[in-house]
Amino acid sequence: MKWIDYARTCSVQEAVDLLKEGNARPLAGGTDILVNLRVRRFDIDTLVDVKDIPELNEITCDPSEGLTLGAAVPCYSIYTNEAVCAAYPGLIDSASLIGGTQIQGRASIGGNLCNAAPSADAVPALIALGAVANVAGPGGTRQVAVEDFCTAPGQTVLEEGELLVSLHMPPPAKGSGAQYMRFIPRNEMDIAVAGAGVSVEIDNGTFKSARIALASVAPTPLFVREAGDSLVGQPVNEESVRAASAIARDAAKPITDMRGTKEYRMHLCEVLTRRGLNIAIERAKENK
Amino acid sequence: MTTTEYDPNVVLSTKEYDVIGTRPLRPDGADKVTGRAQYGADFTATGLLHGKVLRSPHAHARIRSIDTSKAEAAPGVLAVVTNADLPKGGEDVVGGEGVAVGDLRRNVLAADKALYKGHAVAAVAAASPHDAEEALSLIEVDYEVLSPVLTVQEAMADGAPILHEDMRTMAGGEAGDEPSNVAEHFRHDLGDVEKGFAESDIVIEREFDTATVHQGYIEPQVATALWNTDGRVHVWCSTQGSFWVRDEVSNVLGIPESLIKVTPMEIGGGFGGKIPSYVEPVCAMLSQKTGQPVKIVMTRQEVFEGTGPTPGSNVRVKVGADAQGNIKAAHAYLAYEAGAFKGSPVAAGSQCVFAAYAAPNQAIDGYDVVVNKPKTQAYRAPGATNAAFAMETVVSEIAEKLGIDPVDIRLKNAAREGTRRADGPTFPRIGCEEVLQAMRDHPHYSAPLEGPNRGRGISIGYWFNVGFKSTCTISVNHDGAVSLIEGSTDIGGSRASVAMQAAEVLGIRAEDVRPTVADTDSVGYTDVTGGSRVAYATGWAAHDAAQDVKRQMIERASQIWDIDAASIEMEKGVIRSTTDSELRMTFKELAAELASTGGTIIGSGSIDGGGMGAGGGSFAGNIVDVEVDPDTGKVTVLRFTCVQDAGKAIHPSYVEGQMQGGSVQGIGWGLNEEYFMRGNGEMANSSLLDYRMPTSLDLPMIDTVIVEVPSPSHPFGVRGVGEANIVPPPAAIAHAIHNATGVWMEKLPMNPGAVMEAVWSK
Amino acid sequence: MPAKTYVQTTINGEHVDFLCEPRQSLLECLRDVIGLTGSKEGCNDGNCGACTVVLDGRIVTSCLVLGVEVEGREITTIEGVACGSTLHPVQTAFLENAALQCGICTPGFIVASKVLLEQNPDPTEHEIRFWLANNLCRCTGYDKIVRAVQDAAVKMREAEV
Repeated sequence: MKWIDYARTCSVQEAVDLLKEGNARPLAGGTDILVNLRVRRFDIDTLVDVKDIPELNEITCDPSEGLTLGAAVPCYSIYTNEAVCAAYPGLIDSASLIGGTQIQGRASIGGNLCNAAPSADAVPALIALGAVANVAGPGGTRQVAVEDFCTAPGQTVLEEGELLVSLHMPPPAKGSGAQYMRFIPRNEMDIAVAGAGVSVEIDNGTFKSARIALASVAPTPLFVREAGDSLVGQPVNEESVRAASAIARDAAKPITDMRGTKEYRMHLCEVLTRRGLNIAIERAKENK
Repeated sequence: MTTTEYDPNVVLSTKEYDVIGTRPLRPDGADKVTGRAQYGADFTATGLLHGKVLRSPHAHARIRSIDTSKAEAAPGVLAVVTNADLPKGGEDVVGGEGVAVGDLRRNVLAADKALYKGHAVAAVAAASPHDAEEALSLIEVDYEVLSPVLTVQEAMADGAPILHEDMRTMAGGEAGDEPSNVAEHFRHDLGDVEKGFAESDIVIEREFDTATVHQGYIEPQVATALWNTDGRVHVWCSTQGSFWVRDEVSNVLGIPESLIKVTPMEIGGGFGGKIPSYVEPVCAMLSQKTGQPVKIVMTRQEVFEGTGPTPGSNVRVKVGADAQGNIKAAHAYLAYEAGAFKGSPVAAGSQCVFAAYAAPNQAIDGYDVVVNKPKTQAYRAPGATNAAFAMETVVSEIAEKLGIDPVDIRLKNAAREGTRRADGPTFPRIGCEEVLQAMRDHPHYSAPLEGPNRGRGISIGYWFNVGFKSTCTISVNHDGAVSLIEGSTDIGGSRASVAMQAAEVLGIRAEDVRPTVADTDSVGYTDVTGGSRVAYATGWAAHDAAQDVKRQMIERASQIWDIDAASIEMEKGVIRSTTDSELRMTFKELAAELASTGGTIIGSGSIDGGGMGAGGGSFAGNIVDVEVDPDTGKVTVLRFTCVQDAGKAIHPSYVEGQMQGGSVQGIGWGLNEEYFMRGNGEMANSSLLDYRMPTSLDLPMIDTVIVEVPSPSHPFGVRGVGEANIVPPPAAIAHAIHNATGVWMEKLPMNPGAVMEAVWSK
Repeated sequence: MPAKTYVQTTINGEHVDFLCEPRQSLLECLRDVIGLTGSKEGCNDGNCGACTVVLDGRIVTSCLVLGVEVEGREITTIEGVACGSTLHPVQTAFLENAALQCGICTPGFIVASKVLLEQNPDPTEHEIRFWLANNLCRCTGYDKIVRAVQDAAVKMREAEV
């Protein structure tokens, strides 16, 4: 690896000041960026360690305000938080399958979003949950819907000097449920061939709202708004679930590569969306 | 029955020994559970420099020129070497593993051509590994990029790009006229195969493709070398064979072997892949230029792209049988990737493909084919797994079509003592039938398999017991323990199994034999840890060394007691006179007397255990249950039983370990592992994330049954158990997938996408 | 060349300070700077687990931590698992169950298993396999490793009573 400088920062302002000097990237869990630096996927001069910034370590789970999740909070801190486990099982699905135990000791959901891999396991769940990214930069702060955050493989809306501070998810409505499911050939330690994050809100046997997003089948995690919308007003049954899953499948734009053929990955989108919706529906029924 | 309701590890044995068959703690255990054991990368030395290797970005390219001047001037850089720094001459000399010196040199550092992506082109020595790595980008190589050939089918096609302009196909001792990527075509015949097919009631012919796979040891290749001021070269490395490294370094560098000393460090897995030398000669060259020790540690990507995988292959098998399931004829076509240089394990594959069957009429055609991938190397029963996947699948299909139980059809046709193989040899006593009987009688085979999308499969596989040469010395300490020196690097606990054979002869505890794996100056010539040969051949040398000690102990007692040595016997650690019951000493008591009665005793053993197939070799069989997800094609292994003939299990725990480890490598090979090649010859998945070796979460417990049919040629009946266990799993899994889904898989790996495609096209 | 960084940390209960380049991983610092070579490098990208250490109570792959990041933190490596000359029950169980062959993955498995049993004294087979999925072993097929962890769990629970 070429020489890099390292700076530990303790405030958002300090981090932003360093990042805006250019050719720098934030370091949180490091599980992606260190690998990328070693294989020279990008070339930077400075790593700005943001793990000690209080806002990036926040986990606030409030029944009325929702969840604020600091961008550097490692996965294990999420799935060992009882309040988050109870309210956001769809997020827990993602946090507990990124990497293995060791990776989960370091890797963060915010880092997974900023790494902007098409296969990012956290992003479809965040999109399904309606998460918003809180971004700080030289010009102040702004909010970006997670579905608009990734722009291309490895690319995000973040501009020079900008830092992802936290993610915010609204409180789960009564009768809502969410799920993230991916397909991998191994049972752990693998990259999604395809993934689906779903959330539903059910009222009296009818879908009140639904959001569906896919992983690994487009240049960015893919929000399939029309698949979720197709469920609104429909009765909760196999037919409506299959119809929405078919829309998700048709919206996928995968390529044929070492992870699978285009046809197989589109097929998986249908399978995963259908299976995910069925689990989310069960969770919604329990969430009274 | 679940795996917890009965003893999951069974030893089927009759003959009892005092030490052999017990399970003592391994002598190197404490170092290995505390992190103290010194592996290759843990070695350091005063003034140590770090080397890095520049590798070709192209799978096939002519190297027009290499300019190293900028790299030589870079900060921290002390030397750069290329193929031009290697000596010339002796290119046609064939070294230990059957590889010509010229090919070795061109593999270690490419000459006029880069023949695979990852082919070493130059190397740098610098003060730190980071400095060395940075300097690599300053080396300017002018390539003329050529089209690569990546499979045997591509390489054998008319008009294919040619790797070696001077290569002509050798067939029947004659060289072909035209340049070719086929280095060799050979054929074995037994009986009249066409007549056999004509007599058959059923003939099935199928074509199979298997992907290139890697041995996947967790420790990357690593070596340090010091070219000293006196002209002597000392190499510290992670290798399966320190003497083979010595001889290869000698051949590559053109210096006498006695000027080279190889100290084998602890080795972090090999499976055949750490037999050849890669970085050892390069370290020595860099050390010669700098006068300092130089260490090179490969990255994982270098391991995948620059060291031997085992070949992908194209295999066709045609089998004919009568209505009762008696195999009348079998024909195999085996085309194996050699990688960039000739020498695939297709010869071994041809010897194994029908080894489990006493088919009267056989023909086997083998093709050794160069392709633009790393030179292929041995991987646990090299060549046999590819062949067995094809043969076993066809046999299972015939059994199904004839309505015969799949174990029964194999028992009906099983090879036994006196069965002749098409390649010539006649089997001595072997355990093929006993393994099949143990499979048939195992509770797993008769257990109900309930639930949808589930299937059970079986398969059998064969691998040799390579003999080769081993030496061992034993010296008796005054406290009654003995020190044992051997030359076989210990990859899987072989110090224990070698020491136990000496202990058995001497009648002392296994713990009282202290084994050391020594460097090439401190022990006699010993061949590689490979070919399932260490417990067999080095154990045999230890047996002989112990016999030598025993003879000398008896002589010493005869001297002390002043009686005829012929009237003294030594048994179970007690030396006694057969005529005077008063004259009796334990081994320990006599050991204490040695210093005052003429000095200590040193025994030695040096054996040549024969070639391939010494002692008959070993058969292994599997019973496997799978579940196939009908929506995704993903195969889950629910239950797995491995049965293998160990001849005599010296340390049953380590025999079980070999069986379990080989089985799981076979499962990985069957289900997910492959070199996924892009069209330009680049491996797309050269990391442990994307090259999907099984994790603990992908597997059930692996139950084992050790069958003991003693080898006729080993003093304790040992058969090497290291390899045959990898052979049957892919075919057994394919059989199970068939029984779950109705499709026969004809390609490896049988990953979820491939199974789904097969189900769709059913 | 820019200056190295001075790092103060705690390793296996002892205060340790060292100099390193920011680009050096914790694994490189442990092995090449501090001389603790028990943690092994198998992949350098977090996928084999041979370099597993405990960092502030969590297992991590030390190849994916920078040396400069451990300022003020607490680290346990394989060298700190045994108590003096007494092996930890997990180490003993690995020996007695023949749960290692070549031994290169063993330090990582032992460190990971020790932390598992501290957090979950009675794990199921599935929990053991899930926890250890980030540790690759190519020799054993994991059977004897899982049995060793189960055995250690029993012995550790018995010792607690």
